[in-house]
Amino acid sequence: MEKAKTLFDVIGPVMVGPSSSHTAGAVRIGYLAGKIFGEKPDNVTFVLYNSFAKTGRGHGTDKGLLGGVLGYDVDNENIKISYQEAEKLGIGVNFEYREDYTRHPNSVDIILENKNIGKMEISGISVGAGEVAITKINGYKFNINGDYDTLVLIYKDKPGMIYRVTALLQGQNINIASMHCDRKAKGKQASMGICVDGSISEYIINELSKIEEVYLIRNIEVLKK
Amino acid sequence: MTDLKNFGDILETADNMNKKIYEICQLLESENTEKPVSEIRERVKDIIAAMKSAINAGLKSDEKSTSGMCGDDCAKLLKMYKDGKSLFGVLHQKILKYSFATIEQNARMGKIAACPTAGSCGIVPSVIIAVAEELNVNEEREVDALITAGLVGKIVSNKLALAGAVAGCQSECGVASAMAAAAIVELYNGTNEQIINAAALTLKNIMGLVCDPVAGLVEIPCVKRNAFLSIYAVVGAELALAGIKSIIPVDEIVDAMKQVGEMMSPKLKESSEAGLATTPTGLQITEELSKKWNNQ
Repeated sequence: MEKAKTLFDVIGPVMVGPSSSHTAGAVRIGYLAGKIFGEKPDNVTFVLYNSFAKTGRGHGTDKGLLGGVLGYDVDNENIKISYQEAEKLGIGVNFEYREDYTRHPNSVDIILENKNIGKMEISGISVGAGEVAITKINGYKFNINGDYDTLVLIYKDKPGMIYRVTALLQGQNINIASMHCDRKAKGKQASMGICVDGSISEYIINELSKIEEVYLIRNIEVLKK
Repeated sequence: MTDLKNFGDILETADNMNKKIYEICQLLESENTEKPVSEIRERVKDIIAAMKSAINAGLKSDEKSTSGMCGDDCAKLLKMYKDGKSLFGVLHQKILKYSFATIEQNARMGKIAACPTAGSCGIVPSVIIAVAEELNVNEEREVDALITAGLVGKIVSNKLALAGAVAGCQSECGVASAMAAAAIVELYNGTNEQIINAAALTLKNIMGLVCDPVAGLVEIPCVKRNAFLSIYAVVGAELALAGIKSIIPVDEIVDAMKQVGEMMSPKLKESSEAGLATTPTGLQITEELSKKWNNQ
């Protein structure tokens, strides 16, 4: 789903340099991962692959990813000192660098953990010009790029779940722009990523949390671009 | 109006409606985004403010980038100008200073406005701000100029991804230079045809520019290339304002750039596997940086 080109694809964004794919893109992946985790992590590990691993330190990809997890936008000048800021917040930070050419050239796995949530593994790619996608959450395929408000759900795989969620959205007159489902095995857990026009209200989140056997509910708001 | 996809359509529509190119562009943007023109212009003003901040911060700094490969060249220029030495007049000196200030700021992880990309962020701002200062025009005219530049980039991007990894540096610094040339012509109140010609003449002469950064970083040759292509934009504008025309129409030039981009080896498209990146010195720098970072 490609968005129409605008003037501001060409002039802007205002961002911390030096690279739209390796710095701004990294910030956005980190930011989305932080929002999906949803709380302050105690520890975060970044596993960088290929071009991210090879040229990342010269591009500040590490600082960008971490700054993003801390909630920074691409133009936040604290990105440069994100290691120090994470230390102040008591967040343990670890980086690993790997080669795996079955993966996208600019990809990263982000493992976040704290006592309340436990561990989550979120994978992302930077596809160029600051555009990004979250491709996996805890092994489930997603495609979250920050162009739309996106509802992220992980739940028990059983008949009727998609209907219940989409009926709830329809009841609130929310139009679905795109939808992506995945599961590991029949009857186990499954995932749903729903991009919507407009925004997802707190009412919807509350109603979703009443559905039994929904393990993760996140409302990932559109990225400031 | 949303079907205006190439320069020919834009020029025809602008002339039929008796409007400048930036006016057509802001109307198009307004139509596509369902936002008033005033709101679009305000957003452009914010970007101009960020461009000026980057220039001011860059002029004051000689801090090196993380790699240590660049960051103190703007200071060298400033010193020479302070000593009253230069081959250039004031306008060209300003463009060169502002260009280095911005792109060095980018390399040291400062805040910049990508235009069209971060690696080419020193070209359009340096030219627009320097020319606007020299002509002593108001902010609204800077907005007109930046929208003109944006239209050029946007139309090129309909056919050609503005990314070194896809089409080489011709699609980043090259396109930035054409955008800047068009913006200068707007600031000097040139005609729509002159604006398009400035872009055409510039694009024709950056065709085939490869993206071969040493160690994969936005530093060698990117920093100095931004400075060179800023001045290059002035040539495009100067010729166009004199009424010199590109014999090859601009839309055909963009098609040719796309073809050249497709024929360009992937080794010359940001992967640092050829060109400057694999010169003996380029390889030595890459190895030293890799050792330095592995030990950290």
